[in-house]
Amino acid sequence: MSLLHWIILIPFLAAVFVPLLGRVFPRVHTGWFVLFVPLTLVVVSWVSYSSLIADGESMLHTVPWVPMLDINFSVYIDGLSFLFLLLITGIGALVVLYSIYYLDKKKERLQNFYVYLLMFIGAMLGVVLSDNLIVLYAFWELTSLASTLLIGFWFIRKKPMFGAQKSMLITVFGGFAMLVGFMLLYIMTGTFSIREIIGEADVIMDHALFLPAMILVLLGAFTKSVQFPFHIWLPDAMEAPTPVSAYLHSATMVKAGIYLVARMMPIFGGSAEWFWIILITGLFTMFWGAISAVRQKDLKAILAFSTVSQLGLIMSLLGVGSAALYAQDPELEMMYAGAIVTAMFHLINHSTFKGSLFMVAGIIDHETGTRTLYKLGGLMTIMPVTFTVSAVGLAAMAGIPPFNGFISKEMFFANMIEVTDLPFFGMGDWSIIIPMIAWIASIFTFIYCAYMFYKTFMGKYDRANYWVDVHEASPGLLVSPILLGGLVIILGLFPNILTNVLIHPSVTSILTGISVELEPYSLTLWHGFEIELFMSIGVVAVGVIAFLYHNKWTEWEIYSKDRDVVNIFYDQGIGKLQDGSQWITRLQMTGRLRDYFVYMLVFIVMLLAVTMWRSGSFQDLPEGIASTMDTPLYMYVVMFTLVGAAAVLPFIKSRITFIITIGVLGLMVALFFTIFSAPDLALTQLLVETVLLIVLMLAFRHLPEMTTETENRSYNTVNVLIAASVGALVTMLSISAYALRLDLDFTAISDYFIENAVPLGGGYNIVNVTLVDFRGFDTVLEALVLGIVALAIIMLVKHRFKGGEDI
Amino acid sequence: MEYLIFIGIGVLFSVGTYLLLCRSLLRVIGGFMVISHAVHMLILTMAGLNTGSAPLVDLSGSDSTDPLPHAVILTAIVIGFGLTSFLIVLAYRTYKAHKTDDLEKLRGADNE
Repeated sequence: MSLLHWIILIPFLAAVFVPLLGRVFPRVHTGWFVLFVPLTLVVVSWVSYSSLIADGESMLHTVPWVPMLDINFSVYIDGLSFLFLLLITGIGALVVLYSIYYLDKKKERLQNFYVYLLMFIGAMLGVVLSDNLIVLYAFWELTSLASTLLIGFWFIRKKPMFGAQKSMLITVFGGFAMLVGFMLLYIMTGTFSIREIIGEADVIMDHALFLPAMILVLLGAFTKSVQFPFHIWLPDAMEAPTPVSAYLHSATMVKAGIYLVARMMPIFGGSAEWFWIILITGLFTMFWGAISAVRQKDLKAILAFSTVSQLGLIMSLLGVGSAALYAQDPELEMMYAGAIVTAMFHLINHSTFKGSLFMVAGIIDHETGTRTLYKLGGLMTIMPVTFTVSAVGLAAMAGIPPFNGFISKEMFFANMIEVTDLPFFGMGDWSIIIPMIAWIASIFTFIYCAYMFYKTFMGKYDRANYWVDVHEASPGLLVSPILLGGLVIILGLFPNILTNVLIHPSVTSILTGISVELEPYSLTLWHGFEIELFMSIGVVAVGVIAFLYHNKWTEWEIYSKDRDVVNIFYDQGIGKLQDGSQWITRLQMTGRLRDYFVYMLVFIVMLLAVTMWRSGSFQDLPEGIASTMDTPLYMYVVMFTLVGAAAVLPFIKSRITFIITIGVLGLMVALFFTIFSAPDLALTQLLVETVLLIVLMLAFRHLPEMTTETENRSYNTVNVLIAASVGALVTMLSISAYALRLDLDFTAISDYFIENAVPLGGGYNIVNVTLVDFRGFDTVLEALVLGIVALAIIMLVKHRFKGGEDI
Repeated sequence: MEYLIFIGIGVLFSVGTYLLLCRSLLRVIGGFMVISHAVHMLILTMAGLNTGSAPLVDLSGSDSTDPLPHAVILTAIVIGFGLTSFLIVLAYRTYKAHKTDDLEKLRGADNE
């Protein structure tokens, strides 16, 4: 176990103690204890790994788990993992701090909340640090589970439960697809280790399963990273407490898909399909998210769609960057590697400004009791600090200098223009549409940022809209958003401070197969008068004009349709699924004993018949198995009586005749045992038969006459058919098995019992010695069974149930 | 001789299965008992039929019967006895509570 293993395991271990904390320290908010976990982890990770990562090194530690199946708990850290490690623990610490003031100690179930949150931190760290695909998958599903539990945190209400179910169904569907994709990778390479798979990337590239594996893995990434059309779960996930939305649903978990695409880049990157699927999905998601966000009226819903849009932006950049792996030309490679730099930089930026915006939205909700744009307004003077942080965050998101979002958006425009010059992958003159879509989506981004800002902080403050006294939030609640907002400004003014430690190492670890040595990319606020600057100016200009006319377009009909149309598929699908499963359940669970027997018997008969037919059980029957012994005449008499007694049973109408005939059958079986020299069996059979006859007589004195079975002719026909086929099959099976037994020359294990009955057991009746000595435990437990039966019978006969009990 | 017995066992299985599928609880229990008998006979026959001496050490010679299936069947008979008695009492109790032994009427509500 290395330090990296412990980094993953510590949150899980800490979660075990959380339920105790509320009991032991009832007066302290549990969050204060939980805060230590991410805080320690971020410090430890920085101290232990930052210099290593800055030098471009990586580390791999393996602990065997199921080595036979090539499943090992192996952890790996490189630039990409380190970036996510810091993001998860750093933002985690801020979110926990924020949640201490957000969640009331007395009203909320804090223990549950922090157990889920710690589980998420551990699982997410597991996702980004695992080298083994199966382990990664397990942690991946664990993040889905934690997310579901946190969305449904207020489970008494209906909407959180709906959102929780939706997010789980969609992300787990993607997770399963991803698992199949991982299995295909295993089939191609024979290993689950990402490092080893990357080593065999050229084998995969020419394999027939390349495309299916790629699409399946991408399904996992797209469902998790809310790419169109799987983005519909995120707006409903906003029912979670705001710290959760800020943490899972904007800063970390939804970026797991980005991580996966980046991680798989050396495996799949460089193919045209990978490039186009990711670029088109990402761009369209960005566009769709932006135009949907404009129509929202709830602060968190705007932020949710804006997250969808921003993740689409990062995804499209990864698509563009993958071209570097195909280029084979140093200049082009450098150029398209720039898209990955942008992606990583924007990933960090997005976490800072979106995290702070979510926290601010939570503060507004917390202090005013509403998040609806119609009710809010004029909060600038009442909540000055909240206002400042929001202004910074929104400006960064809209792409206004001097904040970090401006830099990454400029770089994004530049990358989108560069991609039109791509000399391969079938890029043509029409490709101007790519920067156009990016540009239009950015205009919409600007519009919703401006509109949200205006509606919340400007305008008139109307006291009647709030049921609480509105005032600035407590300092504790403000610390985290202020810190994140500060980062937004610092990264905007000094964008290069992270280049050496985070961005450059992560870019080199994504683009491993590239031929040139990448130089650290210098980020600057001022690019000079390039085309991307004019695009930014255009965004602001068009955005401002559109915003000024917001009184016009808010009256359009489309503006009122804020529920995403893609939801139709989910709503219809889930309805059909429920109806279908109810239909199947009703079909098989009839509540009729006979039907259940029919299912079982038909299945058994078919299974055996098919197996016997396929394995040719009757083709090599040895000759003359009937001639082991001549059949004496009395044997015919015994068998005839036995079978005859059984055969008349179904036709007997009277209870007493039925019972006596069963008795005859039992006695004939005892006789059968006697003929074949089994005196113990015959004795036991006689005894049991006598006792059973008495029990039957006692019980059936109280039972009614038997009804005739003429209710339904077709039922009866089916019953007879099944009964006949069961009988025929048993006969065939016995003959075949018996023949096989003669065929195979094996030594019976009974010899051991025969030889050792006297020396080891000290008895002369071998059957008795076997039962009470060699198989003594069996017999003891058998006695236990009989004891339980006796108790149950006493209970059934003696106990008087009160009315209403279902027995 | 084995053919004769195997066919007989097949008939017992058929009858037992048919009774299991019946509506009356008494017939279902009867079916259970018939199948138990058939299984015991099947085990004994599969082990090889032998009319030689009983499995006692003093008598054992080359033609003595195999003691192992006897031990197995003995256990099966006793367990079968326990189960059958329990079923009988359960049927009795069911009739007491619901005033019917018709499984068709014991189905419960249509939509549970």
